Amino acid sequence: MSLLEIDSVTLKFGGVTAVNNLSMRVEEGQVFALVGPNGAGKSTVFNLISRFYTPVNGSITFDGKDVLKMAPHEVPNLGIARTFQNIELFHQATVLQNLLVGRHRHRQTNMIAQMLHLPSVRAEERAHRHAVEEVIDFLDLQPYRNSRIAGLPYGVRKVVELGRALASKPRLLLLDEPASGLSVEETQNMRWWIDDIRRQMGITVLMVEHDMGLVSKVCDRVLALADGAKLAEGTPAEVQSHPKVIEAYLGTNAVSKGGKVA
Amino acid sequence: MKFHFKTDYDQDIRLFPDWWNFTLYAALLVLALALPLLIDPFFLGEATNVLIWAIAGLGLMLLTGQTGQVSLGHSAFMALGCYSCVLMMEANVPFVLAFLLAGVITGVVGALIAIPALKLHGVYLAIATLALAILADDIIVLLKEWTDGVNGKMSPPIDLFGYEINRWNNPVEWYYLVLVVVLMVTLFYRNLLRAPLGRAFAAVRDSEISAQAMGVNVAQTKTIAFGISCAITGLGGALMGLFAGAFNNETFNFLLSIQLLMMIVVGGLGFIHGAFLGAVVIAFLPQVLSMTTDLFGRGVAIPGLESGVFGVILILFILFEPMGLYGRWLKIRVFLELFPFARKDMFKRQKSYLKTERLR
Repeated sequence: MSLLEIDSVTLKFGGVTAVNNLSMRVEEGQVFALVGPNGAGKSTVFNLISRFYTPVNGSITFDGKDVLKMAPHEVPNLGIARTFQNIELFHQATVLQNLLVGRHRHRQTNMIAQMLHLPSVRAEERAHRHAVEEVIDFLDLQPYRNSRIAGLPYGVRKVVELGRALASKPRLLLLDEPASGLSVEETQNMRWWIDDIRRQMGITVLMVEHDMGLVSKVCDRVLALADGAKLAEGTPAEVQSHPKVIEAYLGTNAVSKGGKVA
Repeated sequence: MKFHFKTDYDQDIRLFPDWWNFTLYAALLVLALALPLLIDPFFLGEATNVLIWAIAGLGLMLLTGQTGQVSLGHSAFMALGCYSCVLMMEANVPFVLAFLLAGVITGVVGALIAIPALKLHGVYLAIATLALAILADDIIVLLKEWTDGVNGKMSPPIDLFGYEINRWNNPVEWYYLVLVVVLMVTLFYRNLLRAPLGRAFAAVRDSEISAQAMGVNVAQTKTIAFGISCAITGLGGALMGLFAGAFNNETFNFLLSIQLLMMIVVGGLGFIHGAFLGAVVIAFLPQVLSMTTDLFGRGVAIPGLESGVFGVILILFILFEPMGLYGRWLKIRVFLELFPFARKDMFKRQKSYLKTERLR
């Protein structure tokens, strides 16, 4: 059984079919990439898994559990964490507080105990902090620990968002364009981090990414989407040289000339 | 310049980050405790008034400053807190119990009202809650069997474990009573902020969509925030009614909500200190105004002067210091701490152009 199974899922917004009869399987321990031109429905797939949208038909199961039966806030409890394409951090809070929100699903004390700050609350806070410090060490966020998000540069925010997702100790990490807007060096860092997230932490990664260089370096499996439907699936090399993919990106002429999607 | 060298997680969890900070607040507490010895009963009454405003303001601050939900209906909850407390006291419920129950009742009613109301966002929520405040006025009149409608009620004397506390005879005891409530509320508030629930509030305020993606139940968190907020404001309302001596529907009309909102904006949204600084402004401004008008000509009353000046102050703050008085103080403090290295644009607000598709 695969970790994440998406079976013939269709999503329509009025007359527009955003996702068309899509099926895919992500195995435990894989780094899986969704690629495709703008508007192909990649982020929509993420939003379906996060339960922000409900599909017209089809099923999504995570580790044998029916994701579609859950409310959006229950999905993280399964062990699914995500980042957003345009960075959705808590702007008025510090990096530390943002990462601590990532620990939300692990909280055990109730409101009354928290109001009275009972010893159990303090013990839990220490444990949360310890878990967050591990993430801070992993991503080298020490210099920014107490800075407010509102004053941080874009590249750092991107890393903080990754850290917030990691702080929740997920089994599946959804990364929506982890390298968009990053410099070459930052993209390199992101590459090693994704490698380490898989190897050291044993977290399965599903990502949307346009940077084919990054995709071919870190991913085991790639699925190409266009207009909400599956074009091709396979190893990065297979997908990059698949005629339908080349056609979707570069047009029909390119196929006859033996082109390859860079 | 001070540098916090941290060696322990508890340094970030404790109420006071260091000894200096602790000493400052301890000194403030000593000053608050010694206040009755330092000032005469008239000003002590004013100080009590400030603290009562601060309690009500803390309630609204939790909702608006921490959770980001605007409410213009908090006068209704002050009324509910006040009437339920006084009615229970008239039914011979001991004061402490009646007071706490009034908070609980207001909190529960607030949470129930929140469930439909919090489906609304921003200005629509403000309008819905404003309607609630206006309705409350009429409901008080309609329920005149209990509330005595427009004639109003006299506040019964407070019977605290056998001691009778009367505003006119025992201003010092009144002051201490309010001080205890303020300290408790502030402590609970502060505890919430350093716990998961407080962070969930901030998460809902800053980005509902990613709060949800982190496992925060947005609807539930908002309802809890509304409930706690109303409970605290209800306690403030109960004290306000009891302190006033007599109250009717006019005491809690919707202008009170607007004053309350103005108070926390002027004080500094999102800061506990903001509620207190705002309370000082709102409680002393009428006195200052009457003193200044006295200077220019005795006995000349200018109608609407107070609300006019309040309005101007609010506009000036929104334009020039959106972080309120406490925000201004933070800037002054940084300037002094870094002297002479503070830069002028250190606090320039960064404009953000990025917002994800909001999904609504």
